[in-house]
Amino acid sequence: MSDILLGLVGFGIIFLSAALMGALTALRRKSPLAFREIHAFTRMRQAIGRVVEDGTRLHVSLGRGALITPQSASAFAGLTLLQRLAELTSAGDQPPIATSGDAALAILSQDTLKTASQASAQGAYDPSAGRLTGLTPFSYAAGAIPAIHDENISTNVFMGNFGVEAALLVEAAERANTFTLAASDDLAAQAVLYASVQEPLIGEELYAAGAYMDAGPLHTASLRVQDILRWLIIIVILVGALVQLLRAVGIL
Amino acid sequence: MKFKGVFSTVVAIAFGFLVLAGYLFGVNADGSPSTLGQLQLFILNVAVILAGIAVIVGIFNLLFVHAGKIRQKQKGAIYSVILIIALLMTFMFGLLAHYDLPVARSLFNDAFLSIQLPIEASLMALLVVTLTYASIRLLRRRLNLLSVIFLATAFLILVGTAPWPFLGDVPILSNLRSWIAQIPAAAGARGILLGVALGTLTTGLRILFGSDRPYGGRNG
Repeated sequence: MSDILLGLVGFGIIFLSAALMGALTALRRKSPLAFREIHAFTRMRQAIGRVVEDGTRLHVSLGRGALITPQSASAFAGLTLLQRLAELTSAGDQPPIATSGDAALAILSQDTLKTASQASAQGAYDPSAGRLTGLTPFSYAAGAIPAIHDENISTNVFMGNFGVEAALLVEAAERANTFTLAASDDLAAQAVLYASVQEPLIGEELYAAGAYMDAGPLHTASLRVQDILRWLIIIVILVGALVQLLRAVGIL
Repeated sequence: MKFKGVFSTVVAIAFGFLVLAGYLFGVNADGSPSTLGQLQLFILNVAVILAGIAVIVGIFNLLFVHAGKIRQKQKGAIYSVILIIALLMTFMFGLLAHYDLPVARSLFNDAFLSIQLPIEASLMALLVVTLTYASIRLLRRRLNLLSVIFLATAFLILVGTAPWPFLGDVPILSNLRSWIAQIPAAAGARGILLGVALGTLTTGLRILFGSDRPYGGRNG
């Protein structure tokens, strides 16, 4: 397939997704959509309630997805969740903290926390709440662990691009007896998180966080678009397999 | 939304569309880069430079957070002192090494090879213990069919990969390992990766629509 044809196919997929997102956002305003229950998000809502009641702190770790790499999507999903959670905990005594392993991501987390604090009644913003804890995977984990232990954290959310070092982070969170929700776009990290976390999110569930936390109508619509595209991919794979089979037996 | 917010949103969306168009239509029919392709490359180069500057800002942030810990005499402030001293010394060695000072170059390399590398390797070793412990706890925490399959698969892969004492390679185990890795595990991994790719696509579109604005503005 030539580069131009590939470009056109890519453009077609993106245009279709965008059109579906726009249409479903408009439709959703008329009839709200219902999703399957993901237990992790239900428990997170309860944990957020406890953060506000107890006067404890929320910690969101955004991983190390650099913004100029494809892993930035998981980091952006984490930032969306950070903003939503910061809004939900704005009535609490202590503002949330965000740790990350990428410098640009740390700056964006500061900006997100600042925006959320400006929207809250208290309006207090602590510039040290958005932190860069390290630039290599293990130094990032080693830098984030003291925050989990020493800053009166009761809820830990790990959402973004993590590798296997995520096991050290979630182990620290579990030892501190806190609620832990974790998700990564990395396959190895997902396996590690499945084994070590109370509430792991697998695969595309990471990107569903905004929709489940009421971050906006476009988040809800994007979940539906993912479902539609998934069905399209399934049909394409089945048709492709059928065509190959028919070719193999000499019918095509 | 304030003017600053509108401006940053417009800039982000415009550059997002330009980079996307560069990916889709960045090459001419003869294989040479098109104007969009060149523009995309230029924007990405600027982004790399900005990411480099962000690292400097991030290191200052790290410095200020730990200086704050020391000032407030928080728990573990001694580690912050060590971090700041190590940071400043490594920075100084790096700077001097840049000007071809042999001693500084050697010290700069030693800081990585004799301190950072062994520490990170130790953390990796610690990870093995952590994961073994987590696997044992998994059955206590979530005793269901999926957890049993997960652990059984991990165990089979492990025994199929490592050579056995006195027996060496056991063909039945290594064949089973290859079958698990190449068929059910690869199929599952591709399924998960397709889900991740779709999630990435919709996240990117939300940013292009200006719905998610992590650069200074409320999402919505």
